[in-house]
Amino acid sequence: MTEYFLGIDIGSWSTKAVLVDGHKRVVGKCLRRSGVELRKVAEECRDEALRQAGATIKDLKRTVATGFGRDAVSADGVRTEISCHARGAFHYFPKEITVIDIGGQDNKVIRVSPHGKHISFKMNRKCAAGTGAFLEEVALKMDIPLKDFTDLARKSTKKLPIGAFCTVFTSTEVLALIRKGEKKEDIVRGLLASVAARVMEMEPITGTVVLTGGVIAYNPGLRDIFEQDYGLKVEIPPDPQFCGALGAALYASEG
Amino acid sequence: MPAKRVEIKASGALKQVMALHFEEIRQAAEERKGKVAWCTSVGPAELLHAFGFRVYFPENHGAILGTSRSSADFIPAATAAGYSPEICSYLTSDIGGYLKKETPLKKLYGFKGIPRPDVLVYNTNQCRDVQDWFSFYQREFNVPLMGISTPHPVPALEERHIKGVESQIAALVEPLEKVVGTKLDMAQLRKAVALSRECTDLWNEVLRTGTAVPSPLTFFDACIHMGPAVVMRGRPEAVDYYKLLLDEMKARVKDGVAAVEGEKLRLYWDGMPVWGRLRDLSEQFSSLRVCLVVSTYCNSWIFDELDPSRPFYSMAKAYTKLFINRTEQVKQEYIRRLVRDFKADGIIFHDSKTCPNNANSRYGMPQRLSKEGIPTLVINGDLCDLRFYSDVQVRTSIEAFAEQLLEK
Repeated sequence: MTEYFLGIDIGSWSTKAVLVDGHKRVVGKCLRRSGVELRKVAEECRDEALRQAGATIKDLKRTVATGFGRDAVSADGVRTEISCHARGAFHYFPKEITVIDIGGQDNKVIRVSPHGKHISFKMNRKCAAGTGAFLEEVALKMDIPLKDFTDLARKSTKKLPIGAFCTVFTSTEVLALIRKGEKKEDIVRGLLASVAARVMEMEPITGTVVLTGGVIAYNPGLRDIFEQDYGLKVEIPPDPQFCGALGAALYASEG
Repeated sequence: MPAKRVEIKASGALKQVMALHFEEIRQAAEERKGKVAWCTSVGPAELLHAFGFRVYFPENHGAILGTSRSSADFIPAATAAGYSPEICSYLTSDIGGYLKKETPLKKLYGFKGIPRPDVLVYNTNQCRDVQDWFSFYQREFNVPLMGISTPHPVPALEERHIKGVESQIAALVEPLEKVVGTKLDMAQLRKAVALSRECTDLWNEVLRTGTAVPSPLTFFDACIHMGPAVVMRGRPEAVDYYKLLLDEMKARVKDGVAAVEGEKLRLYWDGMPVWGRLRDLSEQFSSLRVCLVVSTYCNSWIFDELDPSRPFYSMAKAYTKLFINRTEQVKQEYIRRLVRDFKADGIIFHDSKTCPNNANSRYGMPQRLSKEGIPTLVINGDLCDLRFYSDVQVRTSIEAFAEQLLEK
């Protein structure tokens, strides 16, 4: 009988489940909006991941929960999303790396040793600027679908500095740029650049960077900014949004 | 699951000492059985005791407002009156409560309101906010306001620093004599300084029991049991209390009783307590088997320079030498020494939004200490204003820090 290990990442925006087998191969995954019924959504994600693997709950050996809602669901163990993103990223890039996880409500910069241990981390201050919530808010105000941000940013020909610390002030800045007649491509690139800028002021970042989390999954154009504006070597794992859940699944498989 | 906590038996005596302190103040303020002096927590309390004042500490009231979580109701009133929500939240909580005519002292100790002062005495060794805070009440009550402007920040302590402060303390005598109507009795001052020194030495010994592995007390215990060292030093009751507490802590060390059952990690807490989250944080650390064995904050009421043979000079030295009034370099050396003495595995810096003077993470210290091999974590929060505090972020940060240290 094949044994399976589940990682559930209950994030502020979405819940992710990753199922791995005993060889640490991903055999099922699922993403749903977290909403308010965290336990129910987590169970739905689990069941879908099991269904993809052709497995049942009886085949599930161990579950580890992570993310802000980790304590709200039933699991055999819990780990913070910091450890899980580090573990998930190291799975694909087994060397000394800096993981930048840009999530719905917070950002994290996690330094991972050549042996895969997270050796230090920083979280953003209590502020939405530079997070997924920030981009959602501004996209809504500009009436531009978030999914179009990357394509628009790639057409930009001018670097516009957008630098306010808070989402409300940034929206005001954007309005001023619109009034000045700046092109939306340049404004959108400026917004993505402001996300990168918020991250870069959290910690001096050098070496190989692995971008994880929902924001990079939906805005791959952010990679360009980190590479072009900061000269970083950037890697993105498969399914960056699932990186935390993968890490949790790997911890589950390692007991 | 939180680890089982062992109750401190001296807690009953602590309640009695604190109740006595407040009852004396209440009687003085409300029944005119004496005069009330308001004093900053690291101000010249000994001098005020020597004059026979009942000494009330607004900062202690601030901590009570934070712990009772009534700050949230009061700060907006102070903000509306022109006191920024980004200045000391002890100040804004306290002034807001006054403006709303509310205080937890009513329910806790039977007060009608905060005790009316006969005099207000401050020391700026901690921050400028205390002067502005007391100035508000000077205008409200129209009573004398006097204080000491301590040089800040002090690198190596020199005679010129001490002499300057000594002369300022001495200059308080005459106006205080006018308030009470009697001359200062130097024998009473020496007695108060001697009792204060004894209290502070005992408190130091209590805290030093935390060097034992496992530690018999946590930062959270110390935050509660430091009460008499703050508000009753200079009085014999504080000395008696710390003798009792010290005996209990020594017995715990002898018997290997851990404050946090199964202590796995020992950490240093720098910065202010998050008063409104003491219980939550205590339970989280306990469940992680992490003991906060030492803190800058609780060590701030150790005044080993007090000397009854030179009361003015030694008070000046003690109150100028204290941690908060020193340069970044002196502070870093101090923290490094305590990390070593208490065998701490790392440091948590609480960057308290409205208490910059008591937040030591703003000029690169965590980064410098990390380079020396001491793991550090910075959490954002506040002493009283929980609008600056994110439960989820802090919880995750602490848990991740514990994971990081335990994975080593």
